[in-house]
Amino acid sequence: MNRYPVRLALVLAVILGLAALPAASNLDAQGKGTIKIASQSPLSGGQAALGEGIKLGVQLALEKLKGGLEKRGFKVELVPFDDQAKPDVGVANAKNIIADKDIMVIIGHLNSGVAIPSSEVYKEVNLAMVSPANTAPDVTDRGYKNIFRVCGRDDVQGPVGAEFAKGTLKARSVYIIHDKTTYGQGVAEFFKADAEKKGIKVLGFDGTEEKSNFDPIITPIKAKNPDLIYFGGIYEQAGPFFKQAREKGVKSKFLGPDGLDSSDLARIAGKAVVGMYYTSVAGPASLYPQAKQFAQDFKRKFGRNPEPFAAQAYDATAIAIKALEAVTKGGKAPTRDAVTSAVRDVKYAGITGTVEFDDKGDPKKAVYLVLQVGSEDPAKWNDNKAARILTIAAPRKK
Amino acid sequence: MDFQLLVDIFPQVLLDGLILGFMYALIALGYTMVYGVLEFINFAHSEIFIVGAFAGVEILLGLKGAGWLDGLPWPLVLLLLLLAGMAVSGLLAVTVERIAYRPLRSAPRLIPLISAIGVSFFLQDLIRLVESIWRNAFNLVYPTLDALNLRFELTETIDVSVKSIVVIVAALGMLWVLHLLVNRTKIGTAIRAVAEDQAAASLMGIDVNRIISLTFFIGGVMGGAAGVLFGVQYGLINPYSGFIPGLKAFTAAVLGGIGNIPGAMLGGIVLGLLEAFAASYLSLLTGGAFGAEYKDIFAFSVLILILIFRPKGLLGEIVRERA
Repeated sequence: MNRYPVRLALVLAVILGLAALPAASNLDAQGKGTIKIASQSPLSGGQAALGEGIKLGVQLALEKLKGGLEKRGFKVELVPFDDQAKPDVGVANAKNIIADKDIMVIIGHLNSGVAIPSSEVYKEVNLAMVSPANTAPDVTDRGYKNIFRVCGRDDVQGPVGAEFAKGTLKARSVYIIHDKTTYGQGVAEFFKADAEKKGIKVLGFDGTEEKSNFDPIITPIKAKNPDLIYFGGIYEQAGPFFKQAREKGVKSKFLGPDGLDSSDLARIAGKAVVGMYYTSVAGPASLYPQAKQFAQDFKRKFGRNPEPFAAQAYDATAIAIKALEAVTKGGKAPTRDAVTSAVRDVKYAGITGTVEFDDKGDPKKAVYLVLQVGSEDPAKWNDNKAARILTIAAPRKK
Repeated sequence: MDFQLLVDIFPQVLLDGLILGFMYALIALGYTMVYGVLEFINFAHSEIFIVGAFAGVEILLGLKGAGWLDGLPWPLVLLLLLLAGMAVSGLLAVTVERIAYRPLRSAPRLIPLISAIGVSFFLQDLIRLVESIWRNAFNLVYPTLDALNLRFELTETIDVSVKSIVVIVAALGMLWVLHLLVNRTKIGTAIRAVAEDQAAASLMGIDVNRIISLTFFIGGVMGGAAGVLFGVQYGLINPYSGFIPGLKAFTAAVLGGIGNIPGAMLGGIVLGLLEAFAASYLSLLTGGAFGAEYKDIFAFSVLILILIFRPKGLLGEIVRERA
């Protein structure tokens, strides 16, 4: 009995000693301090192709542009997080991100359904999030000061698709499938509303989380024989759906939003998606005249073509670095509040166009594309031709 | 509501449901046979199933890489896939039993159950690890065999593909062989004896451990065949693809009366049909108010109803209640 207090004291001493260790090593690393930029995107799982592209885009931008900050004596680091395209994982990562006081800005996410709950966490500490890819209106419509995006919005993208369906494809009827996520269902609903307004008959509007067996969904579609099938979702699910639909003899044209904009769609669906149209807020880097150097650097460094949204991630990072440079003038240590308000003032001529934020955090003008898949070879995804390139202002708040 | 449309697509939905149902039936056998001899649910069976699919896709990609895929007749390729899937899954099931279940045989029944759940997670991430190193991919695509995609249009809305005929014929064949094995051979008699009473069976000179291993092997073989057919039919697999079909097949086994072999087949087919009809018809019948996304809710509501009135499953009378 008597020896217990002694043991307890020993254990406590060890624990305290361990706890003190990282603090001590932290002190050693203090020059002017470290500035960390975090990225969040799916690095594992079925959407890793796009997510990995985003991370590499951030990495490339950081390596090219961090010189200015380093000259001022800061160490600049990238901290990539894997949100697995799952909201709960994104939020758990977000909590780790805000706990690391050196993280000054976060570039992410890929999925709006992950970005929205995660950004609630960033908001607690007013940490700036610059999104390369989230198109759901709610990402910025909540009016948070710290949320920005460099891409367009689904309440524009949906109607751009509907306009194309009516005007160019001359579709009279459409069957809409979506993936029940904030993003997929959202953009499908915007498409549906506008398609109905334009007089396209909507033969069905179905959500599904199915990933492999689409037979029972395809059978009624085939019987109704729509001119067009619109898939509001991500390529990982759209791929097998389109493939099985063609195998079952469905002859309708295919259309979808930017979630389909990945070479993995061609890898999964092969010749079933050749000729498919998709709207996008990104598209291949080759479409942007200023992104030529970026595409070459990317290929040289990582040994593959940049996926769509990698160039957008590069620009989002460049904007973050510009804001960091603005707040660290004279070697001042940055704060999250200062960075957040500096991002809003950045006007930046990037590789995908000039970005300037409005009061919500949307780019004042964004690019919307309609592209067509040209080949079943995933390596040729970046050769997909644009059928339309539009620049449209962000919708104003009602 | 378009009544004509409902009638027109009926045969097609029936076919879709049967394909799915036979796949569930093949997987459900693994659950039910193991339950029959050990009264324990092998939750790792969903991974044993999907490993068969991975074995198949590796063979296909290997053949394609070597340029032999177009030269070989498709029935031979398919046979090769099935044999590979069956062998790999069967051996895996035996290994899992040896390592994770046999040492726990005398433990309380919840302990091997937890071990099974652990094996399930372990296998999922093991497949993911191996595939990400080996292929650097998460989703693997079954290369298309053009001959299998050949379709016969019966009417404007109904067609049968070679693929779906192959799936049904292969599944029926497997089920028939299993039936003969269990009911007409000495081994089958031994399996049934062990299921009845392990102690008495061992007194009769039956090597109980060997029979249990064999049961796992047979269940794994069925699961592996289902995995290959799943891959061929639906075209895309990932390390987590096995989970949902596995869960459904387990449900099918319970529906048919767990421990009962014909029950697992019946349960699988009933569940497959319910699911297919719900997914295709709900939206049409309710004018879009309930879409295909409610298929599982509908299918499982029916299951609950059936189990309320027949708690031991459709063919479950033979299962003895344990005190």
